Amino acid sequence: MTGAGIDVTELVKQYPGHRALDGVSLSIDPGSYTVILGPSGSGKTTLLAILGGFVEPTSGQVTVDGEDVTTVAPSRRPTTTVFQDYALFPHMTVGQNVGFGLEMQRAGKKDRATQVGEALEMVGLAHTKDRHIADLSGGQRQRIALARALIVGPRVLLLDEPLGALDVKLRRQMQDELTRIHDTVGTTFVHVTHDQEEAMSLADTIVILRDGRIDDMGSPEQLYLNPATAFSARFMGDSNIIEGTVRAEGYAVDTAWGNVGVSSPADAHASVTVSIRPEHIVMGSGGGGNLGEWVIAESHFLGQRHRVIARRDNHEILMSLPQGSSVTQGQMVTLGVAPEMAKIVKGDG
Amino acid sequence: MKLLRGSISWVYALLVFGFILLPVASLVVFSFQATNLPLPPFTGPSLRWYEALFADSGMVEALRNSLVVGVVSAFFSTLLGFLSAYGLARYRPDGARVIRAALMTPLGVSYLVIGFGLAITANELALGRSLVLVTLGHIIINLPLAFAILLSQMRDEDETLEKAARDLGANEWVVITRIAIPVLLPGLLAAFLLSFTLSWDEFIIAFFLADFDVTLPIEIWSQLRTGLDAKTNAAGTLVFAISVVALTLAYVLNRAVQQRSRRQ
Repeated sequence: MTGAGIDVTELVKQYPGHRALDGVSLSIDPGSYTVILGPSGSGKTTLLAILGGFVEPTSGQVTVDGEDVTTVAPSRRPTTTVFQDYALFPHMTVGQNVGFGLEMQRAGKKDRATQVGEALEMVGLAHTKDRHIADLSGGQRQRIALARALIVGPRVLLLDEPLGALDVKLRRQMQDELTRIHDTVGTTFVHVTHDQEEAMSLADTIVILRDGRIDDMGSPEQLYLNPATAFSARFMGDSNIIEGTVRAEGYAVDTAWGNVGVSSPADAHASVTVSIRPEHIVMGSGGGGNLGEWVIAESHFLGQRHRVIARRDNHEILMSLPQGSSVTQGQMVTLGVAPEMAKIVKGDG
Repeated sequence: MKLLRGSISWVYALLVFGFILLPVASLVVFSFQATNLPLPPFTGPSLRWYEALFADSGMVEALRNSLVVGVVSAFFSTLLGFLSAYGLARYRPDGARVIRAALMTPLGVSYLVIGFGLAITANELALGRSLVLVTLGHIIINLPLAFAILLSQMRDEDETLEKAARDLGANEWVVITRIAIPVLLPGLLAAFLLSFTLSWDEFIIAFFLADFDVTLPIEIWSQLRTGLDAKTNAAGTLVFAISVVALTLAYVLNRAVQQRSRRQ
């Protein structure tokens, strides 16, 4: 079964006194792994519920492979959902849970048994077929929910914070598993999470939602290296955000930190916001030294990197220095940033 | 001082339990009396009055009537209570609070008024008094109870289960019969057993609405009027025993339900 493309146009969901979605338009490629990322209250769960057919939008349209499904019931959509708390039927065995969708399609008993076996095989839990749900661990439940949703051959699989209830180690393991399963079945996966690391490790495309609108979207690399907004820059890892005025020649910005060269031209004299990732701040005159002299206020060794905070007057710069570097608290350092690593982003305004 | 207060509360508790349980205990004990009168001294144990009870066709008939009325009324109270609780919890209609209050009102009306009201209505409609009418009366008094029990068991997490079933292609009939009812089964059985117990020993409504075919409480009452007899003790003990069994089952199921809520 190949994945379907999804187009969402001008989606609005108005609840009494609260607008959960405020004009979301989005195109999801067939067979992609798309992660919708946002803080709680950003509307990501509402968006997923609308894609699944559990919530009807106030206005706007959802099409799957060009077919309008905006008001189609969940059972008649080519989508299935893996729910946040898995929603496994507690009074049925693992096998009955996984086979439920096929039973609804009136598949023959023999056929069903074969497919249930295959689906359980795919998630590595063939031996649990006759167990009860209460006897499964969290990670196992997660996989059973996945097998149950995939067995009916959906064109789109919707996952609502599927790893939220698992501990860190298990979460990593399940991320690899999800990637593997996605590659195997070829279905379009749309996955909702608030975890930036999870999003980066899974997604082909990340959509960042904020207050019911799309704030930024792109591949993990694009979003991390070229964030469109200050919000996106901060949400996808750490970032130094500074405001300033564009110089006459357009390629540099006057800021409280100094004269920062930027990667792309901007209108002269415009007020702009600049985002610089901590690992792009370099010490010594080698980096141009355009940020001037700073004092090291804090330094923490984190294994792969040093996390360092430099201070000058009321300003702080967060740095991430390589393992081999050595800085001490109170040390005076000259800092700089290469112009291609300083990005003009849309401010919070 | 503390000791005194402690012993007073113990004495008080003993008195309360003695007051409640002594009549029950004497009822049970003297149902095994070997001589005619259910009065001290105790001459048993003997099963002679139970034999007499089951030889009395009036009593056996009444026992059977009570069982049928109890099972049928408990079934319908539970069914209707489930459907109203499910509808209110899942579809959240406008005016849900008003509907809920309306469904609960029979709880605040005395059995006398319900029985009397139904008797008058049946009379107006030229319906004869019958066990069907008694069953109807018992559905009226037990529906609010079953509804309240089941509404408290309707959890939002279970709604997600129903969503998941719909997502996988289930229609509403399948959602209710394959998901909602099995998940709620302990609660449904508890509501059924409680309704049965209340119907089983209900007197006033049955008295107003029954005709020649009567339920066990009415039969016991009419036999008591003709004279004191240890057979009525045996009948009373039977009523008591069945109530205890049903209530114990209901309690055990209720605990299972609560444990399930805690575990998840």
